[in-house]
Amino acid sequence: MLKGTFSLKSIGPAAILIALVILPSIIPRFYIYILAVIFVTALLAMSLNMVVGHGGMFQFHHGAFYGVGAYTVALMLTKTSLPMWMGFVAGPFMAAFAGLVIGVFCVRLNRLYFGMLQISLGSLLWAIAFRWYSFTGGDDGIHGIPLPSLISSSTGAYYFGLILLTICLIVMYLIFKSPFGATLQAIRDNPERCEAIGINVRRHQLIAIVIATFFAGIAGVLFVVVEGSVFPDLLFWVFSLEIFIMCLLGGWFTFAGPILGAAIMISLRTFVGIYTEYWTLILGIILILLIFFLPEGVWGYLLEKFGFQGKKSLEKERQ
Amino acid sequence: MEIGHTVTLAALGSQFLVGLSRAMILFVVTSGMSFVLGVLRVPNVAHGSLYMIGAFAAFSISHLFGGGSTGFWLALILSPFVVAAVSLIAERSLFCHLYEREHLMLLLFTFALMLILGDLVKMVWGADYRSIMAPEFFRGSVTLFNAPFPRYNLFLLVVGPLVAIGLWLFSNKTKIGKIARAAAVDREMVGAIGINVSWVFAFAFVLGCFLAGLGGALVSPTVSITIGMDHDIIMEAFLIVTIGGLGNMWGAMVGSLIFGITQSFGVLFLPQFAIVFPYLAVVIILIWRPTGMLKSVW
Repeated sequence: MLKGTFSLKSIGPAAILIALVILPSIIPRFYIYILAVIFVTALLAMSLNMVVGHGGMFQFHHGAFYGVGAYTVALMLTKTSLPMWMGFVAGPFMAAFAGLVIGVFCVRLNRLYFGMLQISLGSLLWAIAFRWYSFTGGDDGIHGIPLPSLISSSTGAYYFGLILLTICLIVMYLIFKSPFGATLQAIRDNPERCEAIGINVRRHQLIAIVIATFFAGIAGVLFVVVEGSVFPDLLFWVFSLEIFIMCLLGGWFTFAGPILGAAIMISLRTFVGIYTEYWTLILGIILILLIFFLPEGVWGYLLEKFGFQGKKSLEKERQ
Repeated sequence: MEIGHTVTLAALGSQFLVGLSRAMILFVVTSGMSFVLGVLRVPNVAHGSLYMIGAFAAFSISHLFGGGSTGFWLALILSPFVVAAVSLIAERSLFCHLYEREHLMLLLFTFALMLILGDLVKMVWGADYRSIMAPEFFRGSVTLFNAPFPRYNLFLLVVGPLVAIGLWLFSNKTKIGKIARAAAVDREMVGAIGINVSWVFAFAFVLGCFLAGLGGALVSPTVSITIGMDHDIIMEAFLIVTIGGLGNMWGAMVGSLIFGITQSFGVLFLPQFAIVFPYLAVVIILIWRPTGMLKSVW
């Protein structure tokens, strides 16, 4: 039974993966680039959803860790002569370190205070990136980051992103299905009861933050590979809330929802942005429509509609 | 980064006053945000946008009346009402249907409102820099601590405490203020004794936004009015209400003072990193007292 559902469930992702491997040879370069951007953003949204959707924490400034990852790589590649792979490895670890430091203070607090404190600490990082001209390039950011020739072309970046995203998604899925993931979701649904049965709530939350920020750092590295530059907007709080909307759009309580959310948002921004300069207005309207009509997200809605039971009933109970 | 060679006691004093007058603007804005937080328990992300609308409305109104003294006073009185009207429309048409929902949804709604209002301002007023003049009486400066101090800032130093006293009297001495405070503590109970909680919330929301508009009108003669001022103020307002204690009006006052004064001293010592100082103060305070300086109302 378990074996059967597993193989059935893996047909969809496998088909999508094969399609994505073949796709670059048939579509124009611009679309390859857009897909690569979607990979980066999807990974970022997935990492955020680990703490927001599955952990129930108000991680309001996730973009800060994404930015830390991206800036670490960019600075190491431009300012030091260390081997390139070290920069790529350092990015996620620096992001996770920032996540640990900020997380230690945040997990002491509940809900809204958690979110507000995180916004203030993340904004401190933003202010540094924005103002420290001699080191981070200030509001111009860093451009023309030298990359290994293998991944500097758009197709190279595409495949690099696809491979990283696939690996990360598998790891995330294993974490999601592990006892740790289950504990985290239990904490989301009822922290008091978890505390009462002897789970160290704060430590679980902190570990979740560190893991999520590590993945955000990987997304940051990927961003540098795809764009070849960094700028302080990555750490700006409005961008963080945009990622939040992606998770909402796809579906908080689903595993794959944020990928769909990121794909929809990036596509909309790319194609609507051609016709109008008022993209944020459209984003706001989308968000209002979501809040009123589709709070469980597109993926959550589809899952419900086509009758995937099990996890859904639990969320109903929670509402 | 040479400290000391120019920093005299007089410079410190005058910079302190600059910080103080900045703190008054921040207080007018954040007291409104804090009031909404206290009653509705939602950080209104659109608060900064309403502040920006207040400033732009002040610009338009003062130009409508010829830009003179009358224009300025009318702008100062009318633009908060313009902002209140905008917020009332948003509240009654959409926001009020969400009160039964999860808090996160309320917060995300205000974020959506911020995005929409930001672009609407761009549509109506464009992306240019605007400015208005303070009336004749407030132009120029007086000498305090051997340094010139703008007269308009003295006016701000008077207005800030007046708003604080007014808001305190309102929430402690009037019936509607008391109901609003009661609804903050136990909304079911307030509903149970036959008070329409939805309208209480609407009132609190509109009052908070009114103060945002007042802040925007007050700041308009001292800065260049432009799109993007919403992002700056909302971040500061968020931090101030957090360090003050969520929903506590006097906390907003304490937070504003800390923020304004660290910012102005930062300009004195390390101009390039002046914006880092208030953030640093916030971090230190929150590590020391995670839930803010004063008691949060919930």
